[in-house]
Amino acid sequence: MSTALLIEQLLNGLQLGVMLFLMAAGLTLIFGVMGLINLAHGSFYMIGAFACATVAAATGSFWTGLVASLIAAAAAGAIVEMAVIRRLYERDHLDQVLATFALILIFSEGTRWLFGSFPLYLDIPPLLHGAVPLPGGGQYQLYRLAIIGVGIVVAVGLYLLISRTRLGMRIRAGESDREMIAALGVDISTLYTVVFALGAALAGLAGALVGALQSVQVGMGEPVLILAFVVIVIGGIGSIKGALFGAVLVGVVDTLGRLLLPQALTLMLPPSQAALIGGALASMLIYIVMALILAFRPSGLFAAQS
Amino acid sequence: MRKVVTREAIANGSLALLLLAVPFAAIAMDEPFYVTLATRIAILALAAVGLNIALGLGGLVSFGHAAFFGLGGYAAGILATHAFNAEPLLLGIPATTSMPVIWLVALVVCGLVALPIGAVSLRTSGVYFIMITLAFAQMIYYFAISWPAYGGQDGLSIYVRNSFPGVNTALPLPLFLICYGLLLLGLVLFWTLRNSRFGAALQAARQNPTRLAAVGIAPFNIRLTAFTVSAMITGLAGALFADLNRFTSPSMLSWHMSGELIVLIILGGRGRLFGPVAGAMLFVLFEFALGGITERWQLFLGLILLGVVLFARGGLMGFIAGRERHG
Repeated sequence: MSTALLIEQLLNGLQLGVMLFLMAAGLTLIFGVMGLINLAHGSFYMIGAFACATVAAATGSFWTGLVASLIAAAAAGAIVEMAVIRRLYERDHLDQVLATFALILIFSEGTRWLFGSFPLYLDIPPLLHGAVPLPGGGQYQLYRLAIIGVGIVVAVGLYLLISRTRLGMRIRAGESDREMIAALGVDISTLYTVVFALGAALAGLAGALVGALQSVQVGMGEPVLILAFVVIVIGGIGSIKGALFGAVLVGVVDTLGRLLLPQALTLMLPPSQAALIGGALASMLIYIVMALILAFRPSGLFAAQS
Repeated sequence: MRKVVTREAIANGSLALLLLAVPFAAIAMDEPFYVTLATRIAILALAAVGLNIALGLGGLVSFGHAAFFGLGGYAAGILATHAFNAEPLLLGIPATTSMPVIWLVALVVCGLVALPIGAVSLRTSGVYFIMITLAFAQMIYYFAISWPAYGGQDGLSIYVRNSFPGVNTALPLPLFLICYGLLLLGLVLFWTLRNSRFGAALQAARQNPTRLAAVGIAPFNIRLTAFTVSAMITGLAGALFADLNRFTSPSMLSWHMSGELIVLIILGGRGRLFGPVAGAMLFVLFEFALGGITERWQLFLGLILLGVVLFARGGLMGFIAGRERHG
């Protein structure tokens, strides 16, 4: 195995991790501030991808599509928050799970109704066509590098938003004592809507970015949602730093596991069996990592104090 | 002891009789399809009775019970396939098509898998527990679709329905009666558990774990036992489900299935003895009635579910049998 392949897969893992971070950041923010578990977060990912694909097809510009995906996902998030989610904050987690599960059914069938069952396709913008040479030979797709770049920018942006702005101050205050900030005259229900829409927009951005790599179809958000759950469980629910760390860990472990496990097993087993068992084990690897981390740190690596 | 027959007892008896009457009426009217529908209700109800032990009594919101439902299904599918091809299992143990043996295998396998999953998951609580049980179920799901020996993504067909001594299981009515009998057994087990010392401890673990620990009972052990028993019953239902459809597919392991099992309990009424039965009836009827009108029935199911969660807490049993009585 060459170094180039290893570097390439490492970058792929990083790209997966960045995308998971965009999903997990919204989930963990919503949980941290509002105490809500939102299964329908994957639907915003799907909405972002569909909005981007539709607008890009109509206007011919990926960038307009990207803006549309942010607007569509944020708008969907705000509407859902005001119509449904708002009634769930005081309920127990079971009610939240069920109501957001119902939202998934509604969003998925609704999207299938509007767009049909056939997947849409989204092209990589011309600006980001091409590849970048890697050290040690080989090339890497420029678009995937750009996704990693977007992830880094969003991570820095979120950090600055939360630590340096008035909105961020209110979000942090909302996490630690919601009655107190309401008493201080902050409009808590608007704050909640804004946080929810922000989380939805991040998910929509992830969906649009990944939409150009895969096909855009109903149900695309669900596998990502579950990986994002694994990420925030590993990182500690409510912690953005934990989400970043967990996302990169899951992305890299999953990608490298699929590459290295079958090869490692060839040392012990005949190649056909090694590929089989290695593949099956690799698909379970991140869950095993999660179980191990939880066995030692039941509330995740960067658990927020609660 | 109260001698008065409560409203809930009447409701429970009526539901049990109604479910039993449907297939006989269907046979009389020569509509065997409705027998299959009733069998489906009985099996889903049994799966939900299992989950209701963890979720209703113990307050353990397991979002991963599809794992056990699917494992039960795969136990039936794998044993039947080996028997059909006359291949022995590991270590030369012969496979079988006998339902009681398959059920036993499903129970044991689910118990053995639920123990470690429960032991890790129960170290956490609340949202973490929900997500971790979900993640473990996904782990098993991905394993099933990436392991080609037993069908992978395509699932596994059971060519001849497994047998039960003295009964022709190929006919719809005998199969229904088997499933109905097991559902009643499951309900008796749930009732016995709820009224036992163990059930009292389990409900105390939900309401106030600190106090339970203070009287010298470790909540963890109680919960782990409940989680394991719950998984075993759901697994048994999975084995029946595979036999009903003569097909085991990875979709039995999918997280939609876990969600549906919770939905059954909530539609019916959480923690109620007949909640799962009422919920399964309602769910299968929705599926059938809405599915007959529109392909988009899941959209309407979502709207109905949202309405029930937001406005009609207590579910169907809360509606027909009144609020749950305590004491």
